[in-house]
Amino acid sequence: MKRLALLLAATLITSGTYAASYQKSSSAAEEKTITLVTHDSFSISKSTLKSFTQKTKIRVRLLLLGDAAVALNQTILTKDQPLGDALYGIDNTFLSRGLSANLFIPYRSPALSTVGEEFKTGEDYRVTPIDYSDVCINFDKNWFADRNLTVPQTWNDLIEKKYKNLLVVENPATSSPGLAFVLATIKHFGDSQWRQYWKKLRKNGVQVTDGWESAYNGAFSAGAGNGDRPLVVSYASSPAAAVYYSDPQLDASPVGTMLDSCFRQTEYVGILRGTKHRAEAKKLVDFMLARKFQEDIPLQMFVFPVRNDVELPPVFKNFAEVAPDPQAISSSRIEKNREKWIADWTETVLR
Amino acid sequence: MIVDQAPYSLRQALKTGLTVGIPVIFLLGLFVVPVVNILSRGLQVGGELDLSPVIDVIKSESLRKIIAFTFIQATISTLLTVIVGIPGAYVLYRYRFTGRGLVRALVTVPFVLPTMVVASAFLALGVKTSFGAILVAHIFFNYAVVVRTVGGLWAHLDHRTEIAAQVLGASKIKTFIHITLPALRPAILAAGAICFLFTFTSFGIILILGGPSRATLETEIYRQTAQLLDFKTAAGLSVVQLIAVTGVLLITSRLITRQNIALGLVPADRTPRVRTRQQRLLLLSNLSFMALLLGLPMATLVIRSFSTPTGFGLAYYRALGTLRADSVLFVPPVEAIKNSIVIAVISAVIAVTVGGLAAHAIIRYGQALNTALTIPLGVSAVTVGFGFLITFDTAPFNFRSSWLLLPFAHALIAIPFVVRAITPILSSIDPRLREAAKTLGANPLQVWREVDLPISARAYLVGAGFAIAISLGEFGATAFLARPDHPTLPVVIARLLSQPGELNFGAALAASSVLMVLVAGAIFAIERARVGSVGTF
Repeated sequence: MKRLALLLAATLITSGTYAASYQKSSSAAEEKTITLVTHDSFSISKSTLKSFTQKTKIRVRLLLLGDAAVALNQTILTKDQPLGDALYGIDNTFLSRGLSANLFIPYRSPALSTVGEEFKTGEDYRVTPIDYSDVCINFDKNWFADRNLTVPQTWNDLIEKKYKNLLVVENPATSSPGLAFVLATIKHFGDSQWRQYWKKLRKNGVQVTDGWESAYNGAFSAGAGNGDRPLVVSYASSPAAAVYYSDPQLDASPVGTMLDSCFRQTEYVGILRGTKHRAEAKKLVDFMLARKFQEDIPLQMFVFPVRNDVELPPVFKNFAEVAPDPQAISSSRIEKNREKWIADWTETVLR
Repeated sequence: MIVDQAPYSLRQALKTGLTVGIPVIFLLGLFVVPVVNILSRGLQVGGELDLSPVIDVIKSESLRKIIAFTFIQATISTLLTVIVGIPGAYVLYRYRFTGRGLVRALVTVPFVLPTMVVASAFLALGVKTSFGAILVAHIFFNYAVVVRTVGGLWAHLDHRTEIAAQVLGASKIKTFIHITLPALRPAILAAGAICFLFTFTSFGIILILGGPSRATLETEIYRQTAQLLDFKTAAGLSVVQLIAVTGVLLITSRLITRQNIALGLVPADRTPRVRTRQQRLLLLSNLSFMALLLGLPMATLVIRSFSTPTGFGLAYYRALGTLRADSVLFVPPVEAIKNSIVIAVISAVIAVTVGGLAAHAIIRYGQALNTALTIPLGVSAVTVGFGFLITFDTAPFNFRSSWLLLPFAHALIAIPFVVRAITPILSSIDPRLREAAKTLGANPLQVWREVDLPISARAYLVGAGFAIAISLGEFGATAFLARPDHPTLPVVIARLLSQPGELNFGAALAASSVLMVLVAGAIFAIERARVGSVGTF
C-alpha cells in the first residue's frame, strides 16, 4: 500500500516538473510567440530559426497537423478560433479550397521580387510561394541495367508490354503525390483521353498503394523495403535523398527520374485571418523568402526553393533534377474537378 | 458499536458521487461533448436536427457496401482471434513454466506496434495485400487482448471444480464445455467485444494490407472528414458507426450480466507446473503458433534493424541520434523515449483511477457505465480529434494545443481495458466477504483496502500494464494531438518513414525495435511487481 502511494506521488511529481519545464521554455520574457501551422513533412534547421528569433525577438511555435490536406482542413475547421497565425504547406492542388474558405489576409512581401513569375498566384497576394517540387516517376537504375532493358521515357512507353507489372502508383484519394500524378495524366491526355490511358495502365499491371510510404518503402525495388517494382511515383528530388540518406555515402544515386512524367507542386504560406500578431506573421513570411531560409529548404524538406538565386547544396546539384516542362493545372480547375476526377479514376482503375 | 444512519448514507452518497461521477464527467468532457460538437456540424441545419445525411448514407449503394465489408471483416477477425486466443490464454495463465512472464510480455508487444511498421514487416515476409492479410494482421494485433483478458480470469479459477467434475466422470472436453467455458464467458465476451471494436475501426491495416479498393467505415470517415471536409457524409457514417458499436456493446453486456454467479477464485500463484506429455504438447503447439504468428514478424523487424548495407551493425541505431540532428524537429532518441514514458505513466494513472472507480460503480449499478466507457474505442480517432479542435478552442478550456491532451486521450482508450481487467475479478468476490468486514466494523474504504484490493490488485496491475502499453504505441489519436514539443516514439517512427533513403527506413526499424523492447519491459516489470503484501493473500 505504502509503495503504491509512493509510486503515485513520484508520478505526480514527475508530471509536475515536466509541465513546469514546458511552461518555462514557452514563455520567455518580452519575446512574442507566433504559431506556424504546417504539415508533418515540415522542417527547418535550428540555426536558421534561431537567427530569426534573435533578429526579430519573435519565437516560432510549430504545429504539425498531419499531411498537407489534413493540416489545411483543420485550419479551415478552426478558422473562427484560429490554431495559429500562419499556415505553411498549402499547395496548388488544394490552394483554391483555402482561398474560397477565405483563410488568408493579403500580404505582399517585398521579398517577392526575387521569385520567378511562374510561381506567383495572382494579384491579391493572399498566399506567398516558398518552395516547389516535381512529382515524377522514379526508376531503379540497377534493375533496368541488370536486365539490359531500356528505361521507359514517355507516357506511351509505360503501357508497353515489356514494362508490364513494373509500375507502382499511389491512390489519389489518399495520397498527395498520387493525386499529382493523376493530374499530370489529365493535363497530358486531356479530359477525353486520360481515363483511356489509365485503362491501359491497369491492363499493363499498375499496382496501387494507399500512400507514398507503402509505394516507395514497400513496393519499389530501390526503396528500403526491397520490393519488386522498379518504377514508382515519387519526387524528382528522391534520387538526391537516396544518396544523402545512405551510409556509407553512395557515389551515384540508385534512383533515376523520368522527367517527362512530372507534375509541379508549389507550396505557399499565408497569414491566417484572425491572427493577433499580424506584424510578426508578416516578418515570418519575409523570412521564409529570405536567403537564409531558402538555402535551408533543400536539405530540410527535400524540395526546391522558389528563389532561383540561392545556391543549392552539392547533393541537390548532382543528383536532384528539375523537370524542364512539368504539367500544371490551375488550382481553381483542380478544386472544381478534384473529387470528380478521383471518383472517375477510382472507377477506372480500382473497380 | 452505535450505527448512525445519517453519516452512513452521506458516506454512501459520496461514494456513489465518486465512483459514478468522476468517470461520467471524464467521459462527457473528453468524448461526448467533442463528438456531439463535430457531428452537429453535419447534422444541424439552422439549429434544427437534420438526419438526412444518415438516410443518404444508407441509400448509397457504395456506402452500404463499405458498411457490410466493415462488419464482415470485423466479425471474422474477432472470431478467429478468440478461437486462437483461448488456448493461448490457457497455457500462459494455467501452466507454470520457465520464461512464462517473458512470453506473456512479448505476446502483448504486437498490440501496441505502429501499423505502418508491422505492415512493412508483413510485406517483407512476402504477404500480399488481400483480405487474408487483413485477417492475419488483425489476429497479430489483437491476440493479446484475448489472451490477457481471458487469461487474467482463468488464472484465478479454482481448478478443483474441474477436477471434481472429472472425478464424477466427466470427460476433459465435457468439463471444459460445461465448467470452464461458462466460468470464462464474461472474459471471453469482454475480449471479443474489444476485438470487434478494434477491428471494426481498424485503419492502417485496411489501407496498407487490404489494398486500395478495400474501404471500411473508419477509412471512409477519415477520408470524408480529414480529406474532403464533408461533415454531412462523415456525420452520417459516424452515426451508423455509433449505432453499430453501441448495439454490439449492449448485446455483449446483456450476455455478460445474465451470468452473475460468484466464482470460486484462488490466488493465481497456485497454477500447476507442466507435467504430463499432453500438457507439454499443448504448451509446445501454442508456443509455436505464437512464435510463427507474433514472433516472426517482430523478429524480422529487429533483424532488419541491424542489417545495414555493410553487414550486421548498429548504424541504424546510431542514425537515430544523428539523422537531421540540425532540424528544429529533431528529438534525441532518449528524449523521445522519456516523452513516451512520461505520457504513458500519466495516462496509466488517470486510466487506473477513473477505471477503478468505474469498476466499482459498474458492479453496484450495472453495465451501462461500462458500455458507455467502451464506446470511444469504436469511434474514429478523426471524429474525436476534430471534435477536440472545435471544443477546446476558447479560454479557459483552450487545451487543444497542450500536450496534456495526449495522456488524457490515451487514458480514454485505456479505461475500457482497466475496467475489463478489474470488474470480472471484483464481481466474483463473494459479497459475504464484504458483509463480514462491514459487520466487523470496517468503513467502506477499509472494506476496499482489506477485501477488494488484495484480491483485485493483480487485476489493477494488468489494467495499468495495458494502459502503459496502449499509450506507448498509440498513434491514431497521437497523430492529431501530438505537439512538436513532446514527440513520442511512434511520432518519431512516422517521421522517419515519411522520408526516402534507406537510412531513414533503417532508423525507423531501429526506433520500432526500441519501442518493442520498451513495451515488453514495461509489461514484464508490471507483471513482476508485488505491491506490499498484495497479490499474495
